[in-house]
This record gives sequence, structure tokens and C-alpha cells, in this order.
Amino acid sequence: MRPPQTASDLPVLLPFRVSRTRARFAVGPVRAGLLGAGLAGLILVAPAFAQGPDAVLSPFQVVLRWAPLLLTGFALNVAISLIAMLLGTAAGVGLGLGLLSEGPILRRIAWALTQFFRNVPWLVLLFFVMFLVPFQVTVLGVRVPLPDWIKATVGFALPVMANVAEIVRAAVRSVPAAQWEAAESLAFTRRQTLFRIILPQCLKRMLPPWMNVYALIAMATVQASIVGVTEMLTLTAQVHAAEGGRPELFAPLYGFALLCFFLYCYPIDRLTARLERRFETA
Amino acid sequence: MFDGASPMLSVPPADLPIVQLLDVHKSFGEAEVLKGISFAVRRGEVVCIIGPSGSGKSTLIRCINALVPLTSGMIRVDGIEVADPKLDKLALRRKVGMVFQQYNLFPHKTALENVMMAPIHVLGQDRREVEVRAHALLAKVRLAGKEAAYPGEMSGGQQQRVAIARSLAMRPDVMLFDEVTAALDPETVKEVLVTIRELAEEGMTCILVTHEMNFAREVADHVYFTDRGVIVEHGPPESLFSSAVDPRTRRFLSQVL
Repeated sequence: MRPPQTASDLPVLLPFRVSRTRARFAVGPVRAGLLGAGLAGLILVAPAFAQGPDAVLSPFQVVLRWAPLLLTGFALNVAISLIAMLLGTAAGVGLGLGLLSEGPILRRIAWALTQFFRNVPWLVLLFFVMFLVPFQVTVLGVRVPLPDWIKATVGFALPVMANVAEIVRAAVRSVPAAQWEAAESLAFTRRQTLFRIILPQCLKRMLPPWMNVYALIAMATVQASIVGVTEMLTLTAQVHAAEGGRPELFAPLYGFALLCFFLYCYPIDRLTARLERRFETA
Repeated sequence: MFDGASPMLSVPPADLPIVQLLDVHKSFGEAEVLKGISFAVRRGEVVCIIGPSGSGKSTLIRCINALVPLTSGMIRVDGIEVADPKLDKLALRRKVGMVFQQYNLFPHKTALENVMMAPIHVLGQDRREVEVRAHALLAKVRLAGKEAAYPGEMSGGQQQRVAIARSLAMRPDVMLFDEVTAALDPETVKEVLVTIRELAEEGMTCILVTHEMNFAREVADHVYFTDRGVIVEHGPPESLFSSAVDPRTRRFLSQVL
């Protein structure tokens, strides 16, 4: 079947562009951009073949038309993931220090919290937070509404907290005991030793696993669509419905969402791997 | 000389021991590592502890600054009872410096920062004053010019001398050395020993666990030979090294000399 030859067709829709992209991908170094372009080509071109010349917009045109809206949805996903990471990291460092505490009660409470939030499904946690947190809070007499996406962010921050706590604990434990001895014999207190000597040494070691958690949480933010947050996946479904729910739009629209997440998470993954290798040799 | 009303502030006369151990026992679970160790070190004295590996030497020296709690017995350092359950460990450790076999410098800090950290953060001293002193201490251990180097960029001998300077920056009354040359290349052992010898000559009270018999013979005022958790024999180095009485001491010395 011949591809549609309308004026709006971009060169990327033509078959020879796709094969050239893939050929370059095969010979050249793996680059996220090329991979993304290849994926985009496949996702957009395949349905274009399936569809004959028609009065309705081509799938590519549909994606193009809704892209600004879908990208605002994606921006919300990014915002949720970043804020969840921020909150979760702050709480997780505290919880991690609790895991390392010399007080047995504090240590056990921290341990129980960490284990709990690490070993429950994120989606179930999300539901819990959505139903347990009120839709508004009153701070100093001022009523502050809590939109759904804020509540979802808290829901994602909880597993981040537990995972960061474990990262902190493992990193501190990986510092040789001799460092503690040296600090002790110089009359540093335990707290000073932890904050001035042990943790600064751990920061590098904590970075790759921390970024790993971030990539996971960024991808998990689409679960917020299940609890009604209008992030990218919710918007994609709405756009699909608005376009009449045509089956051939399914792949391009959701493919666009896949592509956005892939282009966002893949570089993080590569950077994490690179940092891991560097710290291994260092 | 000093009035009895303020015993806390009094300095014992030079002939009274600054470090005193009495019947010190230490067990790790079932294993008894120290089986009744007693000795005394006077101010300005240099004491070497020698003996085969596993004879409890490192444990003994770690008991003195409370890195390892004792099982029973008494240790007193300049009036501080180490076995006291209410022991102020920080006060003890401000008096007692320690240098380790593996240097244990802080790898994320430069040589100068390693030396400056404890006086600033533990003693709360003025940063500029500490920095002047840290430069002087690094010069004293012959590392002037290495202030900005990180531990990973220095040889073992250089790191160990930074560790000595780091400990001295706290102005301790007693220095403990735990096999500080055992991990070093032979050619760098000497530079560390020279540094310790200078310290000893300046009157620093030193307790060394060492395998450097020649060094012990030249520098020590008193040598203790330990084996399996007890002091087998002790005396001034000239008599211990040349005319040891106990067969265990003689066997050990014949192996290492």
C-alpha cells in the first residue's frame, strides 16, 4: 500500500526515512535521540499505512494537534515526580538516620516504617493517601485546598521515602568501621561523625541508586490517572475519546506518551549507569 | 605544689603515672583476649608493647581510649577512670591521641582539612588559629606543600604522617600508636619512625604497639612483651633484648631479631 500523499506529510512519514534512521541506528552508537526518532517513526507511520486517504485527520496530525495539551499533562507528571522525590528524599534521609540510630525504640519504629512502605504496592498506597488525606486543610485559619495531584504526590513520596531510607542506611554501613574509630578517637560525637565524616563520603555512593528510584517514580506517576489526576495518561484517554475513539489513533496517542517517558527516563538511566561505573573504578 | 581543693585541675607530678592499668581483662564472647594486664606509664615516657600476632596488643591499646570497653579491671588516664560507667569518653579522647595501622584519614578531606577538623569542631577553636597550627604540624611531619593533597593522592608513609599530625592537632597528653608501620612499604617506614622518634624526644608520652624491634630498642624507655593476653616479661630495652629470661620471650626475639 502507498503512503498517503497529502501536503502536510513530513519526510519522517516516508518509508525511506525510517529505514535510513534504523540503518544509522544499527551502525552508529546507540543514541537516545536516534532511538526516539526511530520509535516515533514506527509508531506514527504504521497506522498511516493502515489508513487510506480520508477526510479525517491523519494520526500524525491528531498527535500534532494535541501535543501541546498532552505535553502539559506530561509536565504535571514531571512535577509530581520531582516534588515526590524532594519530599520523599527529605523524609527518607530522616528515616534512614532513624535506622542508624543508637536508640532501640527509634530504630525499630524506623525499621517498621521502612519495611512497610517498601513492601506494599505503590498503587494501593496511592489509593490510601487519596482517601485519607482531606481535600483541604486549615492552616492558621486559612483554608488551603489540596488538589488531587498534590495528594497523589504525597502518595508517591511515601515509597520514595522508604527506598531513600534504605539507600542511606546501606551507604552508611558501607563506610569502613575504621572511619568511625578514627573519628571517635578524635573525640567527635556520634552526630558529628555521621554528618561531618560519614555522610559526606556516602553522597557519591548514594547518587546512582537515588537516581534509579527517581526514574522508577517518574514512570509510576501515570498511576495517578487511576485516581483521577489529569496527568498525561488521563489526557491521552480524553483526547482519544474526543477524537471519536478511532481504533487507529490508539497506538499513535499512547505511543506519544511512551515516547515522552522514554525520552525523559532513558538519559537518566544512562547517566546512572555511567556514574555507577565511575564510582566503581574510583 | 597545688591545693587539694581543686583536684580536677591539678597536674600530677612527672613521676606519677599518667596512664595506669590494673588487672585489665577483656573477653570477646567466650574468648578471653586480655587476662590481667597491669602496667604504668609516666609522663614523657615511651613504652613499646611487643609480642606475637593475636596476643591482644591492639585490643589493649584500644582499651586505653575506650574504643573497646573492658570486661574488668581498672584503667586510669590522667585522673580519668576509663572503666567508669559514667565515663566522659570525649574528655578522655581529648587527652589521648591515636594513630592506626591503616591511617584512617578522612578520604573526602585534604591533608590540611584532616588536621584542622577535630580542633575546630570538637574543641571549638578559632579556624584561623587552627589553620596556622595545622600548617606548622604538617611542616613538622615534613609534609609542607602537601596541604591540598587528598589522602588518595599520597603514599602510605605520607598518609600516616598526616594521621600523626591530625592526632597532634588535638594537643593530646598521650599518644597511642597501633602498629603504625605495619601496612607501609619498607622505604616509607623510616620516615614515619623518624617522626615518632622526634615526638618522643620532645617529651610526648607514647605507647606503641610495634613490630619494629630496632625502633623499640632505640626509642623505648620500657618494653613489654605480651603473649596470649598476659605480660610475659618487661624491662628496659637493653636488658629485655639482650638478656630475656622467659623462654617465650627468647623464642619470639630469636624469630624477629
